[in-house]
Order: sequence, then structure tokens, then C-alpha cells
Amino acid sequence: MDWLSSYKLPIGQGAKAFVDWLTTSGEWLFNALSAVLQASIDLLLFLLQGPFLKGTAFEQLYPLLIIVLISAFAWYMRRSLGVTLFTALGLLLIVNQGYWKETTETLALVLAASAVSMTVGIPLGIAAARRPWIYAIMRPILDLMQTIPTFVYLIPALILFGLGMVPGLIATVIFAIPAPIRLTRLGIISTPPSLVEAAQAFGATPGQVLKKVELPFAMPQIMAGLTQTIMLSLSMVVIAALVGANGLGVPVVRALNSVNVAKGFEAGLCIVILAIILDRVFRTSDAGDVA
Amino acid sequence: MTAAVTFNNVSIIFGKDPDAALKLVDQGKSRDEIGHETGMVLGVADASLTIEEGEILVLMGLSGSGKSTLLRAVNGLAPVVRGDVAVATKAGPINPYKTSAKSLRDFRMHVVSMVFQQFALLPWRTVAENVGFGLELANVPEEERSRRVAEQLELVNLTKWANRKVNELSGGMQQRVGLARAFATGAPILLMDEPFSALDPLIRTRLQDELLEFQRRLKKTILFVSHDLDEAFRIGNRIAIMEGGRIIQCGTPQEIVKNPANQYVADFVANMNPINMLTAGDVMETGIAASASETPVSGNAAPTTPLVDILDALARKPGNIGVVDNGAIIGTINAQNIIEGLTRHRRKDG
Repeated sequence: MDWLSSYKLPIGQGAKAFVDWLTTSGEWLFNALSAVLQASIDLLLFLLQGPFLKGTAFEQLYPLLIIVLISAFAWYMRRSLGVTLFTALGLLLIVNQGYWKETTETLALVLAASAVSMTVGIPLGIAAARRPWIYAIMRPILDLMQTIPTFVYLIPALILFGLGMVPGLIATVIFAIPAPIRLTRLGIISTPPSLVEAAQAFGATPGQVLKKVELPFAMPQIMAGLTQTIMLSLSMVVIAALVGANGLGVPVVRALNSVNVAKGFEAGLCIVILAIILDRVFRTSDAGDVA
Repeated sequence: MTAAVTFNNVSIIFGKDPDAALKLVDQGKSRDEIGHETGMVLGVADASLTIEEGEILVLMGLSGSGKSTLLRAVNGLAPVVRGDVAVATKAGPINPYKTSAKSLRDFRMHVVSMVFQQFALLPWRTVAENVGFGLELANVPEEERSRRVAEQLELVNLTKWANRKVNELSGGMQQRVGLARAFATGAPILLMDEPFSALDPLIRTRLQDELLEFQRRLKKTILFVSHDLDEAFRIGNRIAIMEGGRIIQCGTPQEIVKNPANQYVADFVANMNPINMLTAGDVMETGIAASASETPVSGNAAPTTPLVDILDALARKPGNIGVVDNGAIIGTINAQNIIEGLTRHRRKDG
């Protein structure tokens, strides 16, 4: 077997060289990207945590205000008393357990990651639906993104973006974005040809066909993509904590390191509550649920 | 009469290398042979046809005969690889294959509109929003749009349903929405691709009647695709029969029944029901028959009287019917004449 292992193909070195090259030549790009993402997370945190009230009498009340707002949003989305009540009680329990700050951080990360995944994923899905060759290139990359162990791309994310929320966000987006891309494409290519033909027969431009026929037809799939993205993002919180992202992942990691069953269970329960709330609020319909 | 649509040697081929297939078309090869040899699908081969303004012309044939494909040559949706299409517009004739993209869109918005077999309505929109779809694409202002939509809903009798989602409606009502959508743009030319085939027979007949009623008022030029000869005879002023991508025969229903161009047409004709198409003039015995003096004359009719009315009259009172034109008796009809008339299309010597 010597002949087989005597020369080792330089795959690892190749990857390292590529990341080195990215680090040096793409520094400005990654810095800019990092700044934008950090700013959007900061904005979300600012809204969720209300630091402007620090030291005032309202500091204690702010979480309650946010809980009321989130419950109202749950009512607006679902018109269901059960979901609204669960949202309010679940979030109150989190406050009671003392994990509110971590929960807002996780929520900010999940919302930012989902927003990035959707804004990048939907156009890519449309492009993939329009041009088969684009999808042919994209497909192996998407497969790779979904199968490669997360820890592997945490390393370059760490190098390129430093410690903190941003590399956690990037890793989360890489993990979640294949869902909206695939589902958007699926929704668009499954538009009945007769509907597209009818639009053309009445003089629709390609843009009008997309806006008035294909996207509305694909909307249930796109919404399913959103639900999946949120759930996939939430499943990344613990891993994101390893690269320094704040949130509910941090107490979980600490509990693991110190074999602290109580703390681990508390933080885990908070993640589960958050997952149930997000799933129930954003799930489009039980019938069309693919996730 | 002026021509609304003219096809001049139009050939339509689906595939990457139409020239190879065109060579075989010119050798008179069939659709199947061309498919075998080149892998391309012959849609239409050298079709020449003129549709007059204000007439209903039915393109008729079995599936795969190229009728729906030829229909789509009028608004540029089918790949015409050779020949000319000319559609009359206010600004002169337009060939949808040789005009700019902008002018083609304009042409589709204002000159031709289309009704589809499976309705092709947008299920997430209301009835009114579907009817206004063409106007919305043409950027017609909101106010005028809702006025024109209301007019069309009134015409097809769906005003009550304006704010319902289309999938709450029955098939027949959905196709009335399809009709209203096509009428709403005000286009003078209407393409109808088997619009009633997906409906059950009773509703189909009713919509055929409604279409004829609309046509009396609106006087559109209608190109209608059908695989049903009875339907074709019922609504068509003229019928073009297609087989394997070629037009076999084109003429009025009477011409086709009297003189089928080949066995394919004859087979079609043999299986149709002529009762709604024939008139007194078609079945009468010319002159005053010898038998007429023996049996009583039970009534009079004009040569254009539908045969069904003659049947009703004879059912009430047996005998002979005199056919009167310009005050003179030009022929008579008895039961035997009717049986001969009803079965004439089945006999070769017709």
C-alpha cells in the first residue's frame, strides 16, 4: 500500500491556500460584510433589549413590553388564542428562569440569519429556476453546504470574520440557505405552463410573468422555505456559541463543560420554547407543511 | 369581407434544427416519419388559410393534428419557422414574428386575446381580478379597469361572484370568467383553444349557445379549436379540418358534409350527428313530387328552416311539407326524404 500513501494529494493545503488568499485579497470585502451584519444584529438587539432604558424605572418592564408585542404578532399571524397564550406564557417562563437576555440574542441571530437567507436565497432560487445551467452548478454546492460538518466551515468563518455574532451568523446562513433556494426554485418551476402561457398571451413581459404569476404561485413554497430557514437557524445556536456568538448556546456549552445538568436543562428548555413559538407563528398552513 | 388573419404557407416545427425537418416536409413526409428521422416534432406543415373579419372559423382535428399549434401562430406563441402570418390591425397588418417585442406585447394586449382549455385562471385571485388581468398587464388605470371589468361580469352574468375566488366556481362558470377576461381587453380577434372540452355536455351546449349569443352582439373574429365535429358544425361559419399538421379541407359545414375531401374527413363526417346542421333546403325533393298529390300537404317552410322544426311539424301532423321560396313551391319533404337527408353523409355517392 506504500504506493498509495507515499504521495498525499495536497487537498488540505489547497483549502488552506484558498482561505489564505481570501483572507488577504478579500479583507476589505469581509470587513464590510462583517460591519453590515454586525450593524443589523446590533439594531435587532437594540430593539429587543432596550438598552436606552438602563438605570431607569422602566428597565424591568421592557421585557414585558416585548413579550406583549411578540404575542400580539403571534395573534396577528395565526388568529389563534392557543398560540398567542403559549407565546406569552412561554416567554414569561424564560424571563422567570433568567434567560431573557440570552433569548433576545438568539432571537436576533435567528431573525438576522433568516432575513439574510431569504433575501439572498429567493433571487438565487429564481435564477436557478430560469436557467438550468445555473442550477446544474448550484446543486453540488448546495449539497455540499448541507452535508459538510458545520465545524469544518466554522474554521474559515472564524478566520475571515473574527470571533463573535457575525461568524455564527455566516455559519447559520450557510447551513440554512439551501432550503429557501431549493423551495423557491421548486415553486417556480412547478407553475403550470398554461398559466404562464395565458399571461404571455395577454402581453405580459417576463418581469410581469414572474411578479404576477410565478411568484404568487410559488408563495406557499417560499413560505415553507422561511419556516425551514428559521428552524435550521435555531438548530445552529449551540454551534454558533462555539465561535463566540452570544445567546442560549452559551449556557449550553458552559453546562456541558462543567457537567451542570440543571443549567443545561434550563437553557435547553428555553431553546425548545423558542422553537415551538417560532414554528407555530410562522408555519403557513398545516396542509402545505413540508418541514 | 376583409381578411382578419392570413396564414401563408405557415410551417411550425418544435426542435433545434427545423431546416432538416422542413426538407422532409417538402418531400411530403408525414408527422411520424419526420419524428423518426429527425427527432423533431412537426406542428404544422405549409398551412394556408384566411379568416374573414367577423366569422367563426373552427380548426378541427384529432389531438396531435396541429390545430392548437396553428392557433398559437396568430399571437406568436408557436415557433413558426417558415411562412407568413398577417393579422389585420388598425395600423395595418402585423406579422407577430417580424415585429418588435414591444409591438408584439401591444398586439397581444389590444388585438388578439385568448381562451384556454383548462381555463388558465389565477387561483389566488378573485373573479374580478382575473377578468381584469389583461387590463392590469396593459397598465389600464384602476378606475377604468374596474368599470370595464364590471361591464364584462355583467355580460357573462357573474356580477354576484365578482369577489369570490375562482376555485369556488364550477367549471362552466370558470370558463365564463375566461371568456370575460378575453372580452375585457376589447381585442377584435379571439382565439379559443378547445374552451368547452373540459366541461360536461350539458354545460358545454349552454356555453356554445352563449358564445353564439355574444357573437351576435360583439361581432368578433373567432378562431376556435375543437376535436368535436358536432361542436364545430354547431358554431362554425367555416371549418378547417387538420390531420398530422396539414389542413385537409376547409369549407362551410354543408360543403364538408356534401363533399368530404378524403377518407379521414369522411370518417369524421360519418360519425357526426347532422340533425342540427341540415335545413329544409338540404333534405327536400326538388320540384313537386308525384307522391305529393296523393298525401296531404301538412305545412309550409322556407328552404332555410332548420330540419328540427320540420321534424316537429311532421311529428304533430304526418304528411308532406312544401318548401316555399319567393312565393313559389320549390320542393317537398316527406318522411322518406328526411331519412335520406339524415343518412346521406354516410353514403359514398352522397
